[in-house]
Amino acid sequence: MDASAAKLIGAGLATIALAGVGVGIGNIFGSFVQGALRNPEAAPRVFGNVLLGFALTEAVALFALVIAFMILFVF
Amino acid sequence: MAEMHSPMEQFEIKRLLTWKIGGLDVSFTNSSSWMIIAVILATAVFVVGMRRRALVPGKLQSAAEVGYEFIAGMVRDNVGDEGKKYFPFILTLFIFILFCNVLGLVPYSFTVTSHIVVTFAMAIFVMVGVTLIGFARHGLHFLSFFVPKGVPAALLLLLVPIEIISYLIRPFSLSIRLFANMLAGHTMLKVFGGFVVMMGLLGGWAPLAFIVVLTGLELLIAFLQAYVFAILTCLYLNDALHLSH
Repeated sequence: MDASAAKLIGAGLATIALAGVGVGIGNIFGSFVQGALRNPEAAPRVFGNVLLGFALTEAVALFALVIAFMILFVF
Repeated sequence: MAEMHSPMEQFEIKRLLTWKIGGLDVSFTNSSSWMIIAVILATAVFVVGMRRRALVPGKLQSAAEVGYEFIAGMVRDNVGDEGKKYFPFILTLFIFILFCNVLGLVPYSFTVTSHIVVTFAMAIFVMVGVTLIGFARHGLHFLSFFVPKGVPAALLLLLVPIEIISYLIRPFSLSIRLFANMLAGHTMLKVFGGFVVMMGLLGGWAPLAFIVVLTGLELLIAFLQAYVFAILTCLYLNDALHLSH
């Protein structure tokens, strides 16, 4: 196979990580809404943690992006 | 039609003044200039804002006070009273990253934090500092941090290397998180900016509207990443100070 074609396929494969990140972020906000509906008074207190969890999960997607960029531009 | 630019072009480092010390390239670049602008603006907000020290704060003073209170609360909640000594450092770190991130959103500006060199320098500084604090405080007992409690001895053989590796990976994840967020966000803005030009006067409005929304999201991310960097620094510091597990 042509090396540049393999690069494109590899970069595309790197984006599979987004599946896990989608589940993760959905889980975070889903759980937050569920918890917030059960106990609305406690909701503002955990929102900081929600954002922290969101940022940490989103970072995984960005690691995949960095890998895709590395495959495309570095090698 | 304007010539097409690569979305990566905005991250290029340009030398504004070329300086050389020995074989070392210490040129004054656009990156350095935006760092200096960020530092000057941040200092101005705090110095000018707090100059009057009014009992009923004005706009700038309350901005400075909110920032201070926010980080002070964060350090208090996550590190405890012993964290007070390190509060100035964490406030500086947070404000610097916040200003660099937000200034990067100004059109034609340069995002300092979109370069891994910058973020990695900050992250490795934090991690080396935290490790030194841990050793200074607990001596060799700090190494017990890598040994999880209540685990059978056979499993320790597996767990201790994992703990050590996860500790060593922290500066990388800390720096890549910030850098990749900035890189991805700004690349995405540029890609959609390219769509506006491509779709022309009739169809270009849809991506333009999307860019407006995206810029709002980027503003949130700019703040969030500064917050995450600061709070993770707090958590790492707390680990070193209290050997929590």
